[in-house]
Amino acid sequence: MEHTSVLERVLRGAALTLVVIFFMFPLFWIFLMSFQTNETILRIPPSLVFTPTLENYQALITGKLQTAAGSLDIAFMRNLWNSVFLSVTSVAVSLLLGVPAAYAFARHKFRGSEDIAFTLLSFRFAPPLLVLLPLTIYFQQLGLANTYFGLIWVYQLICLPLILWIVRGYFEDIPADIEYAYRIGGHSWFATFRKIALPLAGPGIAAAGLLAFIFAWNNFVFALVLASADKQPVTVGALAFVTASGIQYGQIAAAIVLSITPTLALALYAQRYLVEGLSLGAVKG
Amino acid sequence: MTAVVSQGRSRSRFRIGKRALPYVLSLPALLVCIGILIPFLTAAWYSLHRYRLSQPWGYKFIWFDNYLAFFSDPKFWNTLRVSLVYAGTTVVLELLLGLAIALLLQKRTTLNNFISIMLLMPLMTAPALAALMWKLMTNPGFGILSYFAGLIGLEDFRWASSPSTALLTVVLVDIWVYTPFIMILLLAGLRSLPTQPFEAAALDGVPRTFVFFRITLPMLTPYILTATLFRLLDSIQQFDIIYAMTQGGPGDTLTVFQVEAYLNFFQSTNVGRSAALMIILWAITYFLSNIFIKNWLRLRERARGEA
Repeated sequence: MEHTSVLERVLRGAALTLVVIFFMFPLFWIFLMSFQTNETILRIPPSLVFTPTLENYQALITGKLQTAAGSLDIAFMRNLWNSVFLSVTSVAVSLLLGVPAAYAFARHKFRGSEDIAFTLLSFRFAPPLLVLLPLTIYFQQLGLANTYFGLIWVYQLICLPLILWIVRGYFEDIPADIEYAYRIGGHSWFATFRKIALPLAGPGIAAAGLLAFIFAWNNFVFALVLASADKQPVTVGALAFVTASGIQYGQIAAAIVLSITPTLALALYAQRYLVEGLSLGAVKG
Repeated sequence: MTAVVSQGRSRSRFRIGKRALPYVLSLPALLVCIGILIPFLTAAWYSLHRYRLSQPWGYKFIWFDNYLAFFSDPKFWNTLRVSLVYAGTTVVLELLLGLAIALLLQKRTTLNNFISIMLLMPLMTAPALAALMWKLMTNPGFGILSYFAGLIGLEDFRWASSPSTALLTVVLVDIWVYTPFIMILLLAGLRSLPTQPFEAAALDGVPRTFVFFRITLPMLTPYILTATLFRLLDSIQQFDIIYAMTQGGPGDTLTVFQVEAYLNFFQSTNVGRSAALMIILWAITYFLSNIFIKNWLRLRERARGEA
């Protein structure tokens, strides 16, 4: 590696620059667009010079869109709140269900344990609409259609396999001897679980929770099928907003920025664990 | 004395038996599973029926007629073809690009680590919102990419709204979102390879193409397989990007399995055909996921072994 030629270094640099431009430019451009008025957005040729304005964000946050035709109500903040609520609750439920199960799968080889674990894993790969379309009919009958409860239940399909398989790996990494020693000291399994296993697997559990949050937040199809406007998260809401507002491009860009900022921030925060989470615990970063 | 014994017994009555404990711990997760299995069986059942929401009186058990009808249905063959072309194109391009970027970033320098973290941002963007971002950029009126296309002589390049370029556009969005996925898995793989074979090869002056094809690539194969199968499984069921971008259009250019099933269910309210489409897609993904899980487990065991 020491004797790389000048030409090679230049080529590498150029290739990396192109890669960074391709992957960063859309985010950069939409971010700029969110601070522009329609007049500057519609300029030809496009230009980087403009006076930034906060009016797009102001319109979204106050929920009032001033157009030439009059004032238009936008429910975007409602969508944002729905996203927060659905993702946080789904992850909390998933952790409650998944962490004890992960512990059982890691520590006790019981009959059918692997079958159950793999069934849960296979949910990650089944086509979501296969389950969602019959569910719309069931949800109508059960009165779960367009309820947070129904949505959170279905969101377990995203969160539970992820949490189960990542946290299981972390429990498996704890030497069983530590737990045996504590149990020989006369403590119950629950005390061992709470005082030894949970704290040691803590960082892994937190990471799994953050990742499950990101995936729940980014989900689109579940809420598209099962929720009406008042329960929709940002992914579905932003699409509806485009249809409703038509040509308010600045607000659309601002809505996109507000919708993706939380997951991007969390991803940067949890990036050390991303590789492991994305591969469901198969690759360590 | 008796008090101690009885206290011990009363405590043991509430203690969960050692053998039952793992079942008790995993039961709640299991119950959620069962709740999901019911709709799955229902879908299989619907697929054997003539069932249109708009004509409930026509509900009838018709065995495999929904499936047999696919053989002479050009729309079905279009769905199959588009799905396979979409999955094949995105996975091959993402694999090549992801591998190339991973190789560029292999050395652990501050700059490389910083770039690899930055490249995660598209992957963490919701695919539906990513599609919206690209829709804004490819708008014929003011989209920056339409402007660039005009600069290089592609006047009136209509991106997702023209049947000839719609597939290209959604593939581009898919590449933008998911290439970092393959990149980051392969980068982790590359950085975990043992260094001795490479040092030995460098000492012996082995040509670098030879090192790449005979040492790097074979050692990286489990990672490449897992990343590729993972993407293939997701890509064959792509819905978010295509639906948010074009809703399967223009016409039926992009009616991949899930989009076609969605439109069948909600627009033409043909539940039977929609369910049959989903069962076929499920059969494809079941086959793929069995291969995937084998590779994934091997990789997982290796990661645990190193820990």
